Amino acid sequence: MGEFKVHRVRFFNYVPSGIRCVAYNNQSNRLAVSRTDGTVEIYNLSANYFQEKFFPGHESRATEALCWAKGQRLFSAGLNGEIIEYDLQALDIKYSVDAFGGPIWSIAANPSGSQLLVGCEDGSVKLFQINPDKIQFERNFDRQKSRILSLSWHPSGTHIAAGSIDYISVFDVKSGSAVHKMLVDRQYMGVSKRKCIIWGVAFLSDGTVISVDSAGKVQFWDSATGTLVKTHLVANADVQSIAVSDQEDSFVVGTAEGTIFHFQLVSVTSTSSEKQWVRTKPFQHHTHDVRTVAHSPTALISGGTDTHLVIRPLMEKVEVKNYDAALRKITFPHRRLISCSKKRQLLLFQFSHHLDLWRLGSTVATGKHGDTLPLSKDADHLLQLKTKGPENIICSCVSPCGSWIAYSTASQFFLRRLNYEHDNLSLQRVSKMPAFLRSAVQIMFSEDSTKLFVASNQGSLHILRLLEGSFKHLHTFQAQSGTVESMCLLAISPDGNWLAASGTSAGVHVYSVKRLKLHCTVPAYNFPVTALAIAPKTNNLVIAHSDQQIFEYSIPDKQYTEWSRAIQKQGFHHHWLQRDTPITHIGFHPKRPAHILLHDAYMFCIIDKSLPLPNDKTLLYNPLPPTNESDVIRRRTAHAFKISKKYKPLLFMDLLDERTLVAVERPLDDIIAQLPPPIKKKKFGT
Amino acid sequence: MEEAAAARVVRCGGSELSLRRAVFSADSKYLLCVSGDFVKVYSTATEECVHVLQGHRNLVTGIQLNPSNHLQLYSCSFDGTIKLWDYLDGILIKTFTVGHKLHALFTHAHAEDSVFVTINKEKPDVFQLVSVPLPRTPRQDAEAGEPRLVLDHISPSPKCVAFGGQGDYVAAVRDFYLSVYFFRKKATSRFTLSSSENRKHAKNNFTCVACHPKEDCIATGHKDGKIRLWRGFDDERKYTYTCLHWHHDLVMDLAFSATGSSLLSGGRESVLVEWRDAAEKTKEFLPRLGATIEHIAVSPAGDLLCTSHADNKIIVIGRNLEACAVIQGLVRDSRVLTGLMVDPRTKALVLNGKPGHLQFYSLQSDKQLYNLDIVQQEYINDCGLVQIELAKAAFGCFGAWLATVEQRQEREGALELQMKLWAYNKKTQGFLLNTKVSAPHEDCITALCFRSADKSDVPTLVTASRDGRFKVWVLADDSDIYRKAEGWTCDFVGSYHKYQATNCCFSGDGSLLAVSFEETVTLWESDTWELRSTFCQRAGRVRHLCFGRLTCSKYLLGATESGTLCCWNLLSCALEWSTKLSVSVMEPDPHSENVAAVARSSGGSDLFVFKPSEPRPLCVQRGVCSEEVLWGVFVPRDVPEALTSEALQWLNRSQFYFLTASQSLLTFSSKSPEEKLTPTSKQLLAEESLPATPFYFLLGRHRQQRGEQTDGAAESERVQLPATENVPAVSELLHTPAHVLPSAAFLCSLFINSLLLATEAPSAEGMPEDAEMEEEGERDSSEEEEAAPEKAQQAGLTDGGPGGDEAEALRQRLSKCEKELRKLRRVDYSWVAVP
Repeated sequence: MGEFKVHRVRFFNYVPSGIRCVAYNNQSNRLAVSRTDGTVEIYNLSANYFQEKFFPGHESRATEALCWAKGQRLFSAGLNGEIIEYDLQALDIKYSVDAFGGPIWSIAANPSGSQLLVGCEDGSVKLFQINPDKIQFERNFDRQKSRILSLSWHPSGTHIAAGSIDYISVFDVKSGSAVHKMLVDRQYMGVSKRKCIIWGVAFLSDGTVISVDSAGKVQFWDSATGTLVKTHLVANADVQSIAVSDQEDSFVVGTAEGTIFHFQLVSVTSTSSEKQWVRTKPFQHHTHDVRTVAHSPTALISGGTDTHLVIRPLMEKVEVKNYDAALRKITFPHRRLISCSKKRQLLLFQFSHHLDLWRLGSTVATGKHGDTLPLSKDADHLLQLKTKGPENIICSCVSPCGSWIAYSTASQFFLRRLNYEHDNLSLQRVSKMPAFLRSAVQIMFSEDSTKLFVASNQGSLHILRLLEGSFKHLHTFQAQSGTVESMCLLAISPDGNWLAASGTSAGVHVYSVKRLKLHCTVPAYNFPVTALAIAPKTNNLVIAHSDQQIFEYSIPDKQYTEWSRAIQKQGFHHHWLQRDTPITHIGFHPKRPAHILLHDAYMFCIIDKSLPLPNDKTLLYNPLPPTNESDVIRRRTAHAFKISKKYKPLLFMDLLDERTLVAVERPLDDIIAQLPPPIKKKKFGT
Repeated sequence: MEEAAAARVVRCGGSELSLRRAVFSADSKYLLCVSGDFVKVYSTATEECVHVLQGHRNLVTGIQLNPSNHLQLYSCSFDGTIKLWDYLDGILIKTFTVGHKLHALFTHAHAEDSVFVTINKEKPDVFQLVSVPLPRTPRQDAEAGEPRLVLDHISPSPKCVAFGGQGDYVAAVRDFYLSVYFFRKKATSRFTLSSSENRKHAKNNFTCVACHPKEDCIATGHKDGKIRLWRGFDDERKYTYTCLHWHHDLVMDLAFSATGSSLLSGGRESVLVEWRDAAEKTKEFLPRLGATIEHIAVSPAGDLLCTSHADNKIIVIGRNLEACAVIQGLVRDSRVLTGLMVDPRTKALVLNGKPGHLQFYSLQSDKQLYNLDIVQQEYINDCGLVQIELAKAAFGCFGAWLATVEQRQEREGALELQMKLWAYNKKTQGFLLNTKVSAPHEDCITALCFRSADKSDVPTLVTASRDGRFKVWVLADDSDIYRKAEGWTCDFVGSYHKYQATNCCFSGDGSLLAVSFEETVTLWESDTWELRSTFCQRAGRVRHLCFGRLTCSKYLLGATESGTLCCWNLLSCALEWSTKLSVSVMEPDPHSENVAAVARSSGGSDLFVFKPSEPRPLCVQRGVCSEEVLWGVFVPRDVPEALTSEALQWLNRSQFYFLTASQSLLTFSSKSPEEKLTPTSKQLLAEESLPATPFYFLLGRHRQQRGEQTDGAAESERVQLPATENVPAVSELLHTPAHVLPSAAFLCSLFINSLLLATEAPSAEGMPEDAEMEEEGERDSSEEEEAAPEKAQQAGLTDGGPGGDEAEALRQRLSKCEKELRKLRRVDYSWVAVP
């Protein structure tokens, strides 16, 4: 594996935003997640829970509700009173419509996907018609006294249940009038609260309405008679969310204590057909409020203030006990937030509204393996770049020479020139961005920092030549005809001749920068690409996919390399395939061409292509070969995958030079320490 | 009365009541529980023991009501039999022999002809649940059918097996798995708690199981205090469970209420938890139950429930979670340091009870009378804590004073010693703390004795300690300007060459005090505290010391650790005799000259009863029990017996009780086992079992009148038969003071029986035989068993009908009539009233 001096960086104080709502789409098996900063992320559950797409946040667009309609269309509504539809191809907002009812708290599409309901602050429920291009306001339902916090359609689409403060209303969709008003008890078990907020309702096909409220109750109502059927007191704090499975045989609720409870419809006795809802399993995977839950056919999905997205598979629904049956906890975005200037040893950290530039510390001391070296010069916070305006930064990059910083928001592209004069740093703005450079999905500098490659959200790739303090547009590769898919990942060969770009679904395109045309396309694979890199000298393109497969494709030969074929033939080690975080970065050793460096959030790996591949019988993870054993055994047990799990959670790791690595960690405890305090609970919950 | 060659050693109560779940009768009037070899029937209203069902020859391990007749009870035992009882009348109906050692018994309504038992077949740890078909025969003794396996590899504890409410399935738990056997499918499903949960501190082991009476729901208790409610277990994939967690230590038992609306659980916390609607947030508690809850049982009517506790206690609890009755047996969990004593007032046996308590246990009624908190500190049940132990206790001045010594010895550190003196308060009928002496000695107190003196004398107490001193404590005036009071104060400190004082003893008249200092015995004048004489035998440290009584009061007995028993004559100040005997217990009988000594030998413990004046022992009984005898005591009899046999004469005035190392309380009985089965008042019970309807009140009055008539009749009969006065029962009745007599209802049938015995001539009603039968229930049953084939034979005879045997047939028919009469009589006693 070789020995490295490692810069262990822990000063990237990144805190992900809390999760506000999730929406599960059964048709495409995708999950939309919105965060408190307005970011919406799309996870592909069939592609190993990979975060495929994301829509950057916006300060004024606090998303309160998300819903899918007709399988492909994603709507969100927020406290600014607007309904937004997202363009999932171009990764952009298609349009936004003001509902004119004040802040919107809830949104629900009817089962056929033709109508959309929103519940507003002023107590109105508004019905919109979903047209192919836009949505259109149809009518208002009977106005209620207070805000409509939750909405649910009856599966037949004839009635809706709306949860408000202290009561639940059942509306007839045809007439738009309230059929029943079911008052919820404010006091329960002696705990009196001023109001009882109905955080969530669910309308089942047999007419049962399930409500969850701020008094900690889960209640079952008969919508035909408007009567309370059963009450389960599940928490001392609010129950904030509910999600019912499609079969209506189980549902899940999330509480402000961080617990989620699973309810199942169980027959009373094996002989009778009578069934009852019973609370079965509690799951405590969150430390803070569970703001939202979703119920996929095989898993319970929950998210909340503690920023984790937790996917808890249901054992009885999982066919085979493979890796899908394990609990998933997704905390960090599956894209790169950090870029590194190797020459000047700079790290650029991307936050939602600012960029931080740090210079790494240095040491003169030497030590044995495993020693912690004292710093002779501390890490230096050089620069903080704040964006103006409410939009979040989508992507950023610092050039390898360290004298350029480029970043982009949803509406603007920025390029900055850094001038170093001894210890002083001056920043120069490169103005007059061309009109086509409005926003970028991915930015990369060439190795010699003379060219800038920008993937825009219309699917085109721009190449700019950087001059001293200015730039020149060289070329634009237009998107393949007929598609508008954005390229999310870029890779440039170190000699600057090749550019590889990958979108979310189609294969990887390789362009020749010299000849400015498409060189070849790597055949499409079922799973999305998570990382790309082109090796120096050989110009082999290394592609990592979300199912942990790694391919090596020779760009000059336009075919997969021998090693790639060999590993595909033998297959990866089963432990390797079971890793649950995607590979987010691939690098190469400048002196050892056989080595590929890559990492995910929980391990750092060097693949030595010269060594034999591990089979399923060998131990994949052998941190240090035992020194007391002979070289023969050592050689026999050695295999191509050398893994280090010392640094976790690992957000970024790269080689600075031959003998130096930089690793950026973000301990989870530090994130929790920066979150608001959770609800105080006694140890034994009494 | 037969004369046995030697007295039998019998277990005398104090058996564990909480070994198995108690069972309520269908009307919740009676509570049935196992107690050693017996089954006891208690009244839930009065806490009194109504019946003792005797018949098993080994530990009773399970009781269940007969599902097809709720007035009958099945019981199973280690002796391999299942017995069917009529528990209201205390009659054994049938005995089924299974042949295996039976560990638990289960019944359910849908398997009428069979019961389920847990047996242990090959390996010692492999237990099986089998169903045993019970044949329907008229005979009393029957061989049970071939056992059929239901579930293998189960736990022997009956708490780990439960039958579903509708009898569709049976659930059993062991270690980490739950097995459910479905009778309809004849298939077993097994649910194992996933190993990923078996982390270092997650103790997932199952401890108990209960089934919902109406729904398909199984509740299991776990070692980590969790309760899981399993549903949908008919599908091995779709099963699901809910967790309820309140207990911090293991869940000892679970029970559903009769309707299934709530779940009850208990454990070491001594708190009964009721989970309403099986929900985590709606639970009710009944705290401070005193000891670990071992079992929970719910009455079929649903109005009562009961908890069995580790301190041999059963608490009957109403549906509103209020304790309404406590049945307390002998507490046997702690080390008995105080030894056995007899409270002179109540004649109760006094010994260590709960930690830091002194219990007063009534030998007659086999229940705890009173519990005196000596240490008066909260007991913290935590292993590794050194507790304050109640080390010594003694009664003095005819029960007016009680002295107790408590000590606490950490591994390092000084001994904490405290002596308390308690005065009997007539008003409260209890002991009140009078004097507390901290550190009465510098080392452990080895003996404590009161001077048995006349009432005029000053009460005097002597303590002997390992610090080489003995101290004399007297009651002195402690009045001040506020109140009149008296307290104990040290009067004299004596020592002898700085030897450790090992024992002390007052002579019968209280004039002499003997204190043993290691190998030397010193005699002190108790008026002046002068050393009068010393005896030294150089035969090891003296462990036991006692003066002879009555005519033998001139003798002093001492037993040494090295195995010598010495007898000194106090008049000649010389050794009278000595013998080699390693005495572990030496107790003088307070009402006679006899001294009982229990010696340890290779074959167990041997008992020697002797008079100090006579060289030949009165009685030698080898191997009274196989283990070491720790303590013994003579308990004076209320009514002296008239045993003529030489070997039994020593039991005439008092009874000898002893406690073995395994905490079983044993005694000697002169009666044969059949005789012990005394009849109890059945008539009373028949009346009790009648519902209190207006008709009952009419009938009841009528019966009372008839009862009066009977009394009159009996009296006239007694006049006619002057021989009755010789009957011991009658003389007992007449000579015993009224306040110590048992209830009149109890005596009534005894009295009538005695009358029946008195008539010598056989009457047409077969009275003498009946009376005999009543006393010998056991033999009676065997007789009846013989009668059945006889009857068949006789039927054949009459059919065949050779004329010459007509007389024989007539005789047989007559005997048959008699037997039928007997049966009739057993059911209804009111025939006596018919003039």
